[in-house]
Amino acid sequence: MLSPVTDADGAPFWEYAARGELRVQCCADCGEARFPPRPCCPHCQSFASTWRRTSGAGRVWSYVVPHPPLLPGYAERAPYNVVVVELADHPRVRLVGNVVTGPDAALDSVPPDRIRIGARVQAVFCSDGLPRWTLERP
Amino acid sequence: MSGVPGFKDATAIVGIGQTPFARRLGEDERTLACRAVVAALDDAGITPGEVDALASYTMEETDEVELAKAVGFGDLTFFSKVGYGGGGSCATVGHLATAIAAGQASVGVAWRSRKRGSGPRPWRDTTAQLPTPAQWTRPYGLLRPVDEIAMLARRYLHEYGGTRDHLFNVALACRNRANQNPDAVMYDRPLTREMYMTSRWISEPLCLFDNCLETDGALACVIVGRERARDCRRPPVWVHSAAQGLPAQHHGMVNYWNDDPLTGPAWAAARHLWKHADLTPQDVDVAQIYDAFTALVPLSLEGYGFCGRGEGGAFTEGGALEIGGRLPLNTGGGGLSEAYVHGFNLINEGVRQLRGTSTAQVPGAATCLVTAGEGVPTSALLLRS
Repeated sequence: MLSPVTDADGAPFWEYAARGELRVQCCADCGEARFPPRPCCPHCQSFASTWRRTSGAGRVWSYVVPHPPLLPGYAERAPYNVVVVELADHPRVRLVGNVVTGPDAALDSVPPDRIRIGARVQAVFCSDGLPRWTLERP
Repeated sequence: MSGVPGFKDATAIVGIGQTPFARRLGEDERTLACRAVVAALDDAGITPGEVDALASYTMEETDEVELAKAVGFGDLTFFSKVGYGGGGSCATVGHLATAIAAGQASVGVAWRSRKRGSGPRPWRDTTAQLPTPAQWTRPYGLLRPVDEIAMLARRYLHEYGGTRDHLFNVALACRNRANQNPDAVMYDRPLTREMYMTSRWISEPLCLFDNCLETDGALACVIVGRERARDCRRPPVWVHSAAQGLPAQHHGMVNYWNDDPLTGPAWAAARHLWKHADLTPQDVDVAQIYDAFTALVPLSLEGYGFCGRGEGGAFTEGGALEIGGRLPLNTGGGGLSEAYVHGFNLINEGVRQLRGTSTAQVPGAATCLVTAGEGVPTSALLLRS
């Protein structure tokens, strides 16, 4: 399975996620959240930023169900779901992830037909350092 | 006053050339590039020594030095390479037209050579970090371009009430035109609704027939200024308007992170394209719309102004994209059914339509829109005879 190949801007996200916190980068001057992380605020051009903790609540904005051909590790779990989740605290921040039954559950632990656009989800934190999502009403 | 003085109809495409298209061709990309360029110059009646400008786009492995010394170009005074894969196809012509109109060059060649059919799939290379920010997507199994576009397609169908039949209409129109084109990979392979609806999934909601081909092949075209164009072997196809488009806060294929992910680069390119044209979408007789995936077509129909927002799916109904329909589309078969050569075949087919030599000729076609990839920083051309 692939791990995030991170960069200076993205590293804090993964460091917080490894501690079980879902944080997003916000401008330290105008307060606007931005994702993906980047050096400068596109609203006010400030280079100062903070990482604001979120509730981890969100809704499914869209999802796909990949089928082979896929990379090794993923092909064995296919068909699995990949979702885009819109954060309740920051509606313009949408995170790619997977809906799973719980922390460290398999990529295909939730049948794709259980997933709907608009479904409420909650972030869970996995030992591989990646935040994933559980359905509020499984 | 509309338009930039000096650009509109100041240049023309006067030669086109291509190799055969196939899943596997024996020759390497450099040889295929040379063949396509030589064929395009021959079509124009221009000798290689007169070429002084080149334009290509990303993932082109044959560089200017190789091409120039192999084909025998003269001194090159302008060469550019546009980024973003299939979004750069039309920009090659746009850059050459701009350079020629500005006096930086006089004979330009744009080309694409690719062995995608027999070569490796780019997404399998996990060491190459894509221009899209892969750290946020790939670990979760969003691995391939089809997965990235399927995510937008699902949202599009959900938000606007689109259906798989709308996507099928796109696949069918392309396949029907390919069935008329002996050079198309899918020339002898008709498509039915049952085949589409029962085909295997690639990334739900997109199935096998929503995906373009994987093809070996090369194409080229020749662009010259107004005066020279009148002396060439074929009737000139005028570059009426051209545009690139990279809208604010766009994120490439994974355009999930702005206010409005369902409007993309097509909208930005279209604003410039129409602003500098004497024509409107209603004047377009035939369109060549970039179709790496069927779902890009409804988005592009909206972006380029053929219908309102959210109406791209419904626009495809009633045979609208077929010959005789409202907007005959991808008349050589497109990337879905002629060849996937990052959209360059759409440019050459646009030229054939305006010469009156397409294998699926739209009667009296005088205006053709050609677009590059939607979903990445893009480009477009408005051509006329």
